Amino acid sequence: MEQILANGVYLGAQYAMIALGLTLIFALMNVLNFAHGQMYVLGGFVTYTFYGQMGWPFVVALAMSCITLAILGALVERFLFAPVIKRSTRDESTMLLAAAIAFFLDAVVLLVFGEKQRGVPKIVDGVFNYDFRLIMPYDRILICGLAILSIVTFILFMQYSKTGRALRALAQDRTAAQLMGVNVDRYSMVGFALGAMLAGLVGGLLVTITGVNLGMGGPTSIKAFMMVMIGGAGVISGAIAGGVILGFMEAIGLAVLSQYGDITYLLIFVSLMIFLAIRPQGLMGKPWG
Amino acid sequence: MMGLSSKQLMAVGVFLVALFVIVPAVIATTGRVDFYYTLTSVALLAIASSGVWLTFYIGRINIGQGAFALIGAYVSAILVTKAGMSFWVSLPLAGLFAALVAVLIGLPILRLRGVYFAMITLVLTQVVTLTALALPITNGAKGITSIPLPSALSIFGLTIIPDFATLQNPRLAFYFTACTLMVLTFAAMYRLVNSRLGHLCRSMQQNEELASSIGVNISYIRVVVFAISSFVGGIGGAVFGSIAQSVYPSSFQVADSVNFMLNCFLGGLGYVFGPMLGTLVLYFGWDLLFEFGKYQMLIYSSVLIILMLFLPNGLLSLRISKRGGNSK
Repeated sequence: MEQILANGVYLGAQYAMIALGLTLIFALMNVLNFAHGQMYVLGGFVTYTFYGQMGWPFVVALAMSCITLAILGALVERFLFAPVIKRSTRDESTMLLAAAIAFFLDAVVLLVFGEKQRGVPKIVDGVFNYDFRLIMPYDRILICGLAILSIVTFILFMQYSKTGRALRALAQDRTAAQLMGVNVDRYSMVGFALGAMLAGLVGGLLVTITGVNLGMGGPTSIKAFMMVMIGGAGVISGAIAGGVILGFMEAIGLAVLSQYGDITYLLIFVSLMIFLAIRPQGLMGKPWG
Repeated sequence: MMGLSSKQLMAVGVFLVALFVIVPAVIATTGRVDFYYTLTSVALLAIASSGVWLTFYIGRINIGQGAFALIGAYVSAILVTKAGMSFWVSLPLAGLFAALVAVLIGLPILRLRGVYFAMITLVLTQVVTLTALALPITNGAKGITSIPLPSALSIFGLTIIPDFATLQNPRLAFYFTACTLMVLTFAAMYRLVNSRLGHLCRSMQQNEELASSIGVNISYIRVVVFAISSFVGGIGGAVFGSIAQSVYPSSFQVADSVNFMLNCFLGGLGYVFGPMLGTLVLYFGWDLLFEFGKYQMLIYSSVLIILMLFLPNGLLSLRISKRGGNSK
């Protein structure tokens, strides 16, 4: 039981971070970022290059992941999403653009890093063992702690910094924010960069445990969509709740249902559909997002 | 056909002649028989995409067509291999079963809108793939293989469609089958869009509450539309399974669902024939870029991004901008 709970916390923390970036971008721009999983993979590969290949300290490599992805996010927003949003007659056109960017990032990762599974040396050795009831490698605990720390930092940033306030205003009402003197174009870019940075940060953190490979992008995006749906699209607390819930469901499902084969995800999907039929806007979302 | 001008009739006639006479003739003279397979795939994917387009027409982003295509493919495969049914009987049954599933699932999830509907349909594709892996009748990851080719269809002793297995060139037969189905599907779509139901759909696309307040039964219409959409998805998937003679849980995946949606976007959401053009361009574009080897994906996605930058409203929007905003 302790083991399941610990796994749940560990999975939940990392999932919540993935969902946060996705929901932030959605709240600001009304863009469903299909490329989120690919950004996560790219973040993993950047950390792999700097930490695993070139032997730089892990923290520096992690920072490189964040910077790379933030720049990428800013460029993507400025030169791709912003013009398309201005010109298209329907919001949904951005989905095609996001899907195309997902393909593009996949192609870039394939060309630059290849399709092999990549891993890096462990950052800390050893296993935490509490009476054989709770076994957890130290690096997982560290990553879990770092993830929770980043989430807390992110919330504080959104809550108290000037940028955070501007972003929240933008998410609430674009026009009103503009009338109050918020530079909408600039903060859209900042928000997108921040969302992409979060994806890169998780990628960099998780490469130390699960490694990284090209095929992880798509499934990660789908999981992130599910978390966002559970919590409610465009709501930060909802994304965290969704991530934690999915993490626990997965941990419990894998432990309890393992003898029935691969039906954990089937059950999660089905219960998600039933849940959404009863509460279409998720736990904390605004109706019709 | 109602309300077609002579010019439009001409265009339809030219298109049909091109489809059924010129293309086979060109392929026969050049000897590129592999093009039959490509064009058949385009036709079938266009059929499934037209269903996605129809759900767009009521203002829903449907990324779940892969699920219904997979359902259709499995139903047809199981009926043919396990029940010994003729493919031609199983084809409409596959469509109907997909439509039935769509009604059951659609009743709850069609209440969702915008990205919520988009995401849940995306999840639906994953659910169907996982179900196909888990159920005994679908044979898990091994899938259903060596499905026999479609047998002869005769009514009152008159053979309408010969047995595909006895034909010299089953590819040509499949090409004609797929094209016929595509023409029928798009004719039906055109008729539907210009019918009363089509007008009601357009009213829902603009504002569901308003439509409902003036007496449109919106929950009924959206289930009907979703069922029709899934019906064509099932048909497309069933024929695909029959051509490949095999169905696996991975036959239609999330990526396929996304592609169906991309076909519609690329063709333009405001045009009935958009999905057909979108599928043709995307599929052929992908095939042509095969020459570039490992850069295929890079070029393909770059072209998509550039297309979106310059034509965010779809390829067919080129046409209206010339005619000065004559939408429809």
